Amino acid sequence: MTTRTATAPNATLAAPSKKRLPQEISILLVLFGIAAFFEVLGWFLVGQSFLGNMSRLQIIILQVSVIGIIAVGVTQVIITGGIDLSSGSVVAMSGMVAATFAQDANWPKIIHPALVDLPWFIPLAVGLAVGAAAGFVNGWLITKTKIPPFIATLGMMVSARGVARWYTDGSPVSGFTESFAMLGNGMGRWAPVVIFLVVAVVFHVVMRYTRFGKFTYAIGANPQAARVSGINIETHLIKVYMIAGLLAGLAAMVAIARIKTAQAGMGLMYELDAIAAAVIGGVSLSGGRGRITGTVIGALILGVMLSGFTFLRVDAYYQDIIKGAIIVVAVVVDMHRQNKRSKKT
Amino acid sequence: MVNASQVEAVSSSSAIPQVKPYEYVLEVVNARKEFPGVVALDNVSLKVRPGTVHALMGENGAGKSTLMKIIAGIYHPDAGEIRLRGEAVHLATPLAAQEAGIAMIHQELLLMNSMTVAENIWIRREPRNAFGLVNHAQMHQMTTELFDRLNITLDPDAEVSELSVANRQMVEIAKAVSFNSDVLIMDEPTSAITEKEVAHLFEIIRGLRERGIGIVYITHKMNELFEIADEFSVFRDGHYIATHLSSEVTRDDIIQMMVGREITQMFPKEEVEIGDVVLSVKNLTLEGVFHDVSFDVRAGEILGFAGLVGSGRSNVAETLFGVTPATSGTIEINGKKASIQTSHDAIKLGMAFLTEDRKETGCFLPLDIQENAQMAVIHDDFVKYGFVQEAKLEKVCLEISQKLRVKTPNMHECIENLSGGNQQKVLIGRWLLTNPKILILDEPTRGIDVGAKAEIHSLITQLAHNGVAVIMISSEMPEVLGMSDRVLVMHEGHCTGILDRADADQVKVMDLAAQ
Repeated sequence: MTTRTATAPNATLAAPSKKRLPQEISILLVLFGIAAFFEVLGWFLVGQSFLGNMSRLQIIILQVSVIGIIAVGVTQVIITGGIDLSSGSVVAMSGMVAATFAQDANWPKIIHPALVDLPWFIPLAVGLAVGAAAGFVNGWLITKTKIPPFIATLGMMVSARGVARWYTDGSPVSGFTESFAMLGNGMGRWAPVVIFLVVAVVFHVVMRYTRFGKFTYAIGANPQAARVSGINIETHLIKVYMIAGLLAGLAAMVAIARIKTAQAGMGLMYELDAIAAAVIGGVSLSGGRGRITGTVIGALILGVMLSGFTFLRVDAYYQDIIKGAIIVVAVVVDMHRQNKRSKKT
Repeated sequence: MVNASQVEAVSSSSAIPQVKPYEYVLEVVNARKEFPGVVALDNVSLKVRPGTVHALMGENGAGKSTLMKIIAGIYHPDAGEIRLRGEAVHLATPLAAQEAGIAMIHQELLLMNSMTVAENIWIRREPRNAFGLVNHAQMHQMTTELFDRLNITLDPDAEVSELSVANRQMVEIAKAVSFNSDVLIMDEPTSAITEKEVAHLFEIIRGLRERGIGIVYITHKMNELFEIADEFSVFRDGHYIATHLSSEVTRDDIIQMMVGREITQMFPKEEVEIGDVVLSVKNLTLEGVFHDVSFDVRAGEILGFAGLVGSGRSNVAETLFGVTPATSGTIEINGKKASIQTSHDAIKLGMAFLTEDRKETGCFLPLDIQENAQMAVIHDDFVKYGFVQEAKLEKVCLEISQKLRVKTPNMHECIENLSGGNQQKVLIGRWLLTNPKILILDEPTRGIDVGAKAEIHSLITQLAHNGVAVIMISSEMPEVLGMSDRVLVMHEGHCTGILDRADADQVKVMDLAAQ
């Protein structure tokens, strides 16, 4: 017996991993940097503080909440290596359907007036169910027909918008009961923020500490290895898309309760903002990498930018141009990171 | 160096009355190629005469593919020289090789499926009309002429996606000829086509030979060698062994040359008590992939699976593990009939499966060591109310990785940062955590360094000692022979024999594997 247990000359010894800052910290620094940028420019150009204005901060975070709730679901889809383009339309569809169950009997322009004055949780449940159903259809199409998530959810994006228009022939729905409107205005108007934070914390825990979360990462990291490890990829993906749909439904409830009206055109391009929040937050479009905390910070970055440009009276057209550029930069940074990794191995 | 009379002979026999001042159209001289951790080619030489078919023979991993890729400009040799028509050339890219007159027909054909036959052949060289646009009529004409010369009957305007594999090969050959290539490399061209198509292919190859083209022909099939090849070279473990005329040797001679290594490496094989039959497979079939495979594995036994790449060894393993459920046949575990439709079923029955390709089907590259190790065990164990019991798992993952001697600072290192051997150990750890009764290992030591290899071999022995039934698939003959109690040999989707350890030797295995 030869003793050849000695390592081969080129065996790599375990190099101690370089202590790198968690990715979330660097994204957080970007957020602070952007806020500081607006603060400084604010003093020079507008002559007032950007951050030292409580109501502005509240508006930023309220606006971020709706996109943020959607983004938490979209993040999970992206971690599985998929994409969900239907969120904005699903917001409109579940918003419209749920709104007709939230109307007050005294409202003069009631639409589909069969059920009025219902307790707040009924329209809420309806909205969540419609959203989850849309997500189920997405997941079912992707796993059973094997069409790419991009196409399946693109189809849902168009169809759900159609349902939203068809449902009331295009008329908006208003006149919600007091109790339902609290979902968007309760707790001293902080309700959307509270709901967003609860959603973020819950799914942060789910993704990090549960079997469900581990399997989500596994599928995105390597679907074939996940299958061999005994994971039922089909049912798991359907669940993930259902969660994304459910959260789009929840976002819709918060949005219509806050502005006290639902219309078929609402939620336009929300899916892109949600995807942007995730990507800016370091969620990799190739799957398997990313965290909910990153997405939350990503959503905040988007909100601060929007508010900041408005504060500096930058034209809305420029805002979109800059937002588009930032999304592209975020993806380029992600690709660059991926390349560096694959070169190492 | 060049023998004048031979030059004479070549030029006079050639159809073109042109003196060729070289004996060999292609020469590879002392080529060497190293990849991290392995020497794929060591001082390899190859000489191909114009107007001959030169076969490359060798086992899996003998270095044939690497040599081919060097000739085709895909890899660059670390040392050595390539001479084309007697002159040294530097082939920087596949395109450069093509322009120099070397065409390669890959095993996985590289045509653009949604384009027509003619477009594929003349891509980048399309005939243009006065406006600089592609002249389709002329292109059609050129293709028809080309096909006539080669005796190919294909519609130049057919879309490639509609063609059979054999016809796509014809397109590739026609394209190679259209470049006026002097050297044509064919990598197992008959692996995916029918016998009738093979006959047609051989006709065309003979036609090319008459035109003075030197053909490098890679094959595993002995009978093809005698049918089509004029000369052949044998390679083994990255070394050049010999070149002979195919008319002057027998099949047994070639097998001897292919396997004639001395087994110097020792394996930590232990005689352990063989228990009852744990896994019994009868007539297992996956339609179109493998047929009627039957075998038993006993507790403590190591059953080796030998055979050439593509013989269906890995497919049997995948079917046993529910990745591609069987179309017919029975699987019994401990005497009870088992239905395995998913990998989860297999895991619940006490099976474990280390897959062949670490990167493709094994590692979760973006995740850390613990997440990689725990993924197969958190279905039922270590989970409470859906929450993974991280602390408990970290302890067992740490234990197993210490036992397997994974070199890592901690369990939260990303698996991407580990060496191949350490990645493999983590994946083995993933399956050991499930306490398997039946362990299927597909190429357990591929691409890892010698030290890690030895450790994995002792581990397999130890597991057998503990009563685990082991199935070990390997392309390395010494490993199969050194570790197995019995060796099952596969050839083209059929089990061609099961040899006992005492009877099994390289010649017998190769005899069953290459019919």
